[in-house]
Amino acid sequence: MKPIFMTYTKKDLINLAVCMVLSVLVIPTFITTEYWYTSILIPWLCLALATIGQQIVMGYTGQLALGAAGFMAAGAFAMFNLILRVPDLGFVGSLIVSGLIAAAFGILFGLPSLKVRGIYLMVATLASQFFIIWMIDKFGWFKNYDSSGIITAQDIVILGKPFTTPLAMYFVCLAVTTVLTLLAMNMARGSTGRNWMAVRDMDIAAESMGVSLLKTKVQAFAISAFYCGVAGALFAFCYLKSLEPVAFDIKLSFKILFMCILGGLGTINGAFIGAAFILLFPVFLNAVGNNVFHGAIDATIISSIEQVIFGGLMIIFMIYEPLGMAKLWENIKQKWKTKISSTNLKSSLSKKT
Amino acid sequence: MEYERKFKIGKPILEVNNISLSFGGVKAITDTSFNVLEHEVRAIIGPNGAGKSSMLNCINGIYKPQQGTVSFKGKQIPDITPNIMAQMGLSRTFQNLALFKRMSVLDNILVGRKLHTKTNFLEVALQLPKVKKEEKLNRDRSEEIISFLEIEDIKDTPVGKLPYGLQKKVELGRALATDSTIILLDEPMAGMNVEEKRDMCRFILKVNDELGTTMVLIEHDMGVVMDISDRVVVLDYGKVIGDGTPDEVRSNQKVIDAYLGVEH
Repeated sequence: MKPIFMTYTKKDLINLAVCMVLSVLVIPTFITTEYWYTSILIPWLCLALATIGQQIVMGYTGQLALGAAGFMAAGAFAMFNLILRVPDLGFVGSLIVSGLIAAAFGILFGLPSLKVRGIYLMVATLASQFFIIWMIDKFGWFKNYDSSGIITAQDIVILGKPFTTPLAMYFVCLAVTTVLTLLAMNMARGSTGRNWMAVRDMDIAAESMGVSLLKTKVQAFAISAFYCGVAGALFAFCYLKSLEPVAFDIKLSFKILFMCILGGLGTINGAFIGAAFILLFPVFLNAVGNNVFHGAIDATIISSIEQVIFGGLMIIFMIYEPLGMAKLWENIKQKWKTKISSTNLKSSLSKKT
Repeated sequence: MEYERKFKIGKPILEVNNISLSFGGVKAITDTSFNVLEHEVRAIIGPNGAGKSSMLNCINGIYKPQQGTVSFKGKQIPDITPNIMAQMGLSRTFQNLALFKRMSVLDNILVGRKLHTKTNFLEVALQLPKVKKEEKLNRDRSEEIISFLEIEDIKDTPVGKLPYGLQKKVELGRALATDSTIILLDEPMAGMNVEEKRDMCRFILKVNDELGTTMVLIEHDMGVVMDISDRVVVLDYGKVIGDGTPDEVRSNQKVIDAYLGVEH
């Protein structure tokens, strides 16, 4: 298909339009229960954004990093302190600056990627996870010397208007996620993304073509941490509505890693698919437990089953479809297309005879 | 083969002086010197393990020789890295194919345009007009190379799915996309059938003829080497044992003994 607008084809623009209509018009009209916004849509958008960050460093640049939640924590606490101490920045300004602060951490913890790779890099990047959380716990200043351990997040005020209802917060998340997703797509499809993928697929050849490994890897870590930082700030302010370092523990990092792998490494839409699956699957299992078995299965068992199924799926995907659900979706579409065209062919042939 | 060359062979553009390289106790290259003239097709031949690929890796900066220097375009380069050499106008292909497997043919060749891409990631993210302009220029040049190599029909295929011969062509394309003054080809025809070899020779000569690109190639197929190269350097056990025109090399007794072999 010929690109119309830069690297975008007509199909891409239609997809974008459909997504926008769905999320801006259809969802707010038809979904009225608060539960959907506060427990599903808002965390979905936040985590999808963090997963895009993970995709940039892992799916596109091929650096096995595990510490997304650490950068999210950096973003969240930076946001809290910026609103508290520099109120003139405003919500959007603070959001950008907290992303940049997370990006600074990303550069720092991305430096090991120049020397180590694979599983060793994963261990090295775990340092970000533990260091950032430790730092926030250790120095009271980050929590404004709050002794309770859980700080309530400030209200979101943009241009003097409060955004406190679930629907309003959903729109805040949606706007930020949409803008950042489009920027990520531009980068991924442009020369920036090509450099990332060149480093991922064959670093020596990339270097021989003039791609600087240092610059490309550090850049990917910085951008990734920026996305995670913004996602963390939104996660704390729109979803948790509180700030506690425990919320950004290693479990969340793993969750984002799973979203990234299940969704499909090296795809942007995979981030959304993966995040939706991992968020909705427990909800689905609970619903099955309550409605089919009428609570006969204990809740703890259900959550254990959830872990078993996630683990199993991870293995199955790694073996049979390393490109994840995004690729699976592509394959299904492809099959449909050939099926339709072949049935069309058959019917036109039978008409002739 | 007496035809008028558009680009006359000029003065030395690449000089390798007294290079020695060893891995632990194993000496790969010992005190080797040779030069490459502007616009020529230069071949490096030698039996297996003669140090040919190691030589290219030294020139390109992937290996750091313990001794010796490399001068490029009249300048001695103190600390060679692949990146510096690329920026100075030296590109290369690899023996065992080093393509970006999950990217399409077009994208692979576009990576070769990296040094002609000046916009930064922020400008790319915001799709500023100058990014679009630059991208269009790079895409046009890549398409040109694709049609030059006659691989238009596979340009959107992921490279990993292509057969070996085509992958070799794509790798040549990627090296061409850099618009380098010199291209090092590490066994460009290894594992190809006669037809593919003939094609590859045609492309190498065509590039040299039309663009004036200096070509340095390593090759096993003696017939091919003698046909297309202007000068040949022969390595054996990491040492130069012959250097000159194909005819001179053919009649060199040392070369005959070491490589061409005495008749069985």
